[in-house]
Amino acid sequence: MDHTALSLIELGAVFFGLGALGRLAGKIGMSPIPLYLLGGLCFGQGGLIPLGDIGDFTHLASEMGVVLLLLLLGLEYSAAELFTGLRRSWMAGLLDIVLNAAPGAIVALILGWGPIGAIVLAGVTYISSSGIIAKVLGDLGRLGNRETPVVLSILVFEDLVMALYLPILTAVLGGVSLLGGMKAVGISLLVITVVLVIALKFGRYVSAAVDSPDREVFLLKVLGAALLVAGLASAMQVSAAVGAFLLGIAISGSTAENATHMLEPLRDLFAAVFFVVFGLNTNPAAIPPVLGWAVVLAVVTTLTKVGTGWWAARRQGVGKLGRARAGAALVARGEFSIVIAGLAVTAGAVTGDLAALATAYVLLMAILGPIAARVVEPVAKAVGRKAAARAATSGSA
Amino acid sequence: MNVEVTPLPGIGVRKDFATRNGRRIGVVTQRDGHIELIVSKTDDPDACLASLPLTAEEAGALANLLGAPQLVAQLTEEHRDLPGINTKQLPIKAVSPFDGRTLGDTAMRTRTGVSVVAVMRAGQVHPSPTPDFTFTAGDLLVAVGTSEGLEAAAKILKFG
Repeated sequence: MDHTALSLIELGAVFFGLGALGRLAGKIGMSPIPLYLLGGLCFGQGGLIPLGDIGDFTHLASEMGVVLLLLLLGLEYSAAELFTGLRRSWMAGLLDIVLNAAPGAIVALILGWGPIGAIVLAGVTYISSSGIIAKVLGDLGRLGNRETPVVLSILVFEDLVMALYLPILTAVLGGVSLLGGMKAVGISLLVITVVLVIALKFGRYVSAAVDSPDREVFLLKVLGAALLVAGLASAMQVSAAVGAFLLGIAISGSTAENATHMLEPLRDLFAAVFFVVFGLNTNPAAIPPVLGWAVVLAVVTTLTKVGTGWWAARRQGVGKLGRARAGAALVARGEFSIVIAGLAVTAGAVTGDLAALATAYVLLMAILGPIAARVVEPVAKAVGRKAAARAATSGSA
Repeated sequence: MNVEVTPLPGIGVRKDFATRNGRRIGVVTQRDGHIELIVSKTDDPDACLASLPLTAEEAGALANLLGAPQLVAQLTEEHRDLPGINTKQLPIKAVSPFDGRTLGDTAMRTRTGVSVVAVMRAGQVHPSPTPDFTFTAGDLLVAVGTSEGLEAAAKILKFG
């Protein structure tokens, strides 16, 4: 069998396998991301079957997966929504950062991974999965609930934080000095401000530049623009992901909607490859030693996210059940935690153990998140009843 | 009525209001145009008892059901001092020969003396339709005339 034939067969088997896993995930009502990661772990180094011939393709495809994940994240929110989100939820957003980034940073420092490891793991435990959360809210019929805008505005805030965090992370991973790091922060702040202003005032020109009534032309233009911007950003050491994200923000209105529609299947395809490649590059043998820490992080950051949601919802005058729902909805971590860990691993600035810990952590949280969102109502009701019963007995005594 | 408009970033818009007995009722319009009817729970006003996805047609039909009787009632009230004048809603059914034809084609006024004062379509009122107004199945005509005229008009719309 020649090389091309073998590559096609391998690639076909990988996609088909992912399709089967995705279907399984859909059947049991969970996110497919953990299954993709597990699929990647099964192949690759130390896994069951090594995949050799499609390495070049999957490497580029997984990079495109990151670009598309971030582009669609940017498309999801308009600049105006980002501004209102920032105004409305900055306090909850800050609490979110403090409560959820700290556990990751502390564990990384305890494990002796240094400040770089701390910055990476802080990002991994901080960022919720807007993909999983939006789907769970829709599936559970909670779009009309009063706490849902609270949850969404926290996700919007997290997005903005990502736009700041990713360039800093890229600079730190590139091994720049403190001064260089400050410069990177300054540049990224400036670039983000400029992009937001452009998106607010001249968004329609950016949209017009990529828009086209013809589907085929539109697809090629949007995808081409995304890869161009991502590549240029990467060449300027700003991180390809941030470039794509900012382009997504700058495209607005109906163009953004159409682009989202068209790119969603592509994103799903390439992001799936990205998760598999991340799993591939993680040595399964490295997971058991860090599993204990992953569980600790999972427990702690579940509680801290619930706390964040509870506090933010209470500020908006939502009742106790709604506060519990808002907290539990935010628990899921997923694609962006893996994006952050992936950037760190690609840069070679962190140990393989960190990748293993991030994998185990996301596996736990992507499964736990939707379950938490589902069981929170009966649990909170039971707790409420018990508390009421206790109050009644102590009152009568 | 105080309709509260809440943006749902990344999803769409929620528009709802509180009814007199304290329930919240409204719609969530998703960005892709999907509409969901929401009704709040009684024991947990933050949550929704139902979050019902509706197609554009279904939403229109529901809006007609809720809106048309109000319009007819209002017109009837206005014509109360004119004996012999009635207001009635006349539907354009899918089997009607006028599905896809114009108001002029019915020759309604010439044949029955009835005036079509408004057409309800997808929850919106199209007031004083001109003769070139094209009907589609599902439209509700609000017609004013004598009882006999309205009966004849209903027959025309049904059988041509």
